[in-house]
Amino acid sequence: MANDSEANNDRQAWQDAYDRTPLRDVDFETMSGIPVEPVYGGGPYPGQYPFTRGIRPSMYRSRLWTMRMFAGFGTAEDTNGRFKEILRNGGTGLSTAFDMPTLMGRDSDHEWALGEVGRAGVAIDTLADMRDLFADIDLGSVSTSMTINGPAHIIMAMYIALAEENSVDRAALSGTIQNDILKEYQAQKEYIFPPRPSMRLITDLIRFTAAEMPRWHPVSVSGYHIREAGSNAAQELAFTLANGFAYVEAAIAAGMDVDDFAPRLSFFFNSHSDFFEEIGKFRAARRIWATWMKERYGARDERSMLCRFHTQTAGVSLTAQQPEINVARVALQALAAVLGGSQSLHTDSFDEAMALPTEDAARIALRTQQIIAYETGVASVADPLGGSAYVEWMTDEIERRAEDIFSHLHELGGGSILEGVYAGIDNGYFVGAIADSGYRFERAVNAGRRIVVGVNEFTDGDHPSDRNLLRIDPQVEANQLKRLADVKQSRDESLVRTSLEQLVTDAADPTINTIPATIKAVQALATEGEIVAALETVFGTYVETAVM
Amino acid sequence: MTDTPIRIVLAKIGFDGHDRGLRMVARILRDAGFEVIYLGLRQTTENVVAVVEQEDADAVGLSMHNAQHLTLAPKMVKSLRSAGLDVPVILGGVVPDQDIAPLLEAGVAVILGPGTSAEDVVRSVREAVTSRS
Repeated sequence: MANDSEANNDRQAWQDAYDRTPLRDVDFETMSGIPVEPVYGGGPYPGQYPFTRGIRPSMYRSRLWTMRMFAGFGTAEDTNGRFKEILRNGGTGLSTAFDMPTLMGRDSDHEWALGEVGRAGVAIDTLADMRDLFADIDLGSVSTSMTINGPAHIIMAMYIALAEENSVDRAALSGTIQNDILKEYQAQKEYIFPPRPSMRLITDLIRFTAAEMPRWHPVSVSGYHIREAGSNAAQELAFTLANGFAYVEAAIAAGMDVDDFAPRLSFFFNSHSDFFEEIGKFRAARRIWATWMKERYGARDERSMLCRFHTQTAGVSLTAQQPEINVARVALQALAAVLGGSQSLHTDSFDEAMALPTEDAARIALRTQQIIAYETGVASVADPLGGSAYVEWMTDEIERRAEDIFSHLHELGGGSILEGVYAGIDNGYFVGAIADSGYRFERAVNAGRRIVVGVNEFTDGDHPSDRNLLRIDPQVEANQLKRLADVKQSRDESLVRTSLEQLVTDAADPTINTIPATIKAVQALATEGEIVAALETVFGTYVETAVM
Repeated sequence: MTDTPIRIVLAKIGFDGHDRGLRMVARILRDAGFEVIYLGLRQTTENVVAVVEQEDADAVGLSMHNAQHLTLAPKMVKSLRSAGLDVPVILGGVVPDQDIAPLLEAGVAVILGPGTSAEDVVRSVREAVTSRS
């Protein structure tokens, strides 16, 4: 029978691919000594289109997921100290959190920045701060993740300019910049310019990195914030993948071939508390992305079809009541992320419902991942839940719900997902759908139909007075303000002015890539806020219509 | 007491974009019969004061998730009072326990922490308003 021989071919192709893959030097057997196979059940197997069962034939047998913990605080010098410690301990990946003014494209001396400078991440005003942040670090040998969106092109330009100063070829730079503006209008709300000019900046960066920085990931399409803002699992998945399709359509419209950039797109999902729903979501994500990339966008390179993703446990699920029990929540969410085939994972710290994590709490969060990786045995077998009637049904159901949302956006956009996403931002569809789901959940909790342990049931045992929270030294803000004033004092003002004028000219012409002029401006020590203000003269500023 | 619904202005001041909590409170209060003037994100203290004055509001609700509450909440109380507006300021969001006493000291009427039930939100806003009139 044809089906049988096809199945045999799948199995043989998987076996061949598996046999070619180097494995970790560990015993793939249970604690009791029972040897286990790398995969069970039928095809398509892990590493085979449409990749429902995983993006690699051997999954975690070859390489565990990356345990990437997000951190950043204070001045660039403080964070530099933390980076060097990570590198000394054998880490190769640096992950940068920026403070709120930096994320919003404003300088530390902006009137709204008071009390925010260096609080939730590092403050970057000029290239001088970037020099401090990466002092004595070889940019050619580390991989850097930068979580920033609205002004991502400016931070990227600073990183490129710094590499040039250090004689590191920009082609050698490796890392990821989040640069996902669409979810900002939908959920996280850290936007600057209106959607269309923002998409232009993103497309500029995709083109620039595709041409000059082959090891860089120019967009990390993120559902995490959509979920945190209140969406359900299917909405998180559908809105995120729709945003991914929108970036693909924008880059194709800018004249690029899909296989020239799609292999460098990556994703970022939430792992929430409903265990099997989350696993179904991760499996559906891979299948939908692969199918759409191949069928709709004509990808030929298999790498364009792989939905590679980072996962973070659900910050919003953490309770301020009895915070210690969050350790258990995080462990279960992390396990779902691993069973769902994540490429990297951040586990939240138990004290994050109250403040940024303390060092002890962050250590417990990392140890949780290590227990999953090294003690539970789940890393021995790829997609261990594949073939479970419930998990396969859940995967199909989440996919079906996501496809309903794609149909809606497709219709809204008159046949274009990109236009559908713009329309959904304009008419409040995303914000409204997310708020409705969030409100539905809160009402269920309020009515006692949904139990949140420690909040509406099992409430004994909370000891608020014992809490030890991270506090940021207020001196950080004063130091950063002085630093910014010194830089402004020392620079050549006429050079700043002419570089900003050139940027404005380039921005006004949609056929010109804005990245080279942005690099020139940061080299002249123009501040992030000055560059944003210059671009606002061409692009305008986005103001959200306030809908409750 | 009259039948006039309580009018409350809800806003987030400054850069912080975490608006899930504020939207939630807006809907809870609306469903409980309040008249909600939802300003949303990126407001200034001055703007909120102006809206309270124009709309003749009975209360102000602020939501904060980023450790600015110690600066911005007392500033809101002060600005309202210097404009001659004796309306209660209700603060929601992530407020560490040790900050509660200084905030109440600075004139914040009510602090609604994570996990506050809908009933408690409605009751505390109502009490904060009626205790002044």
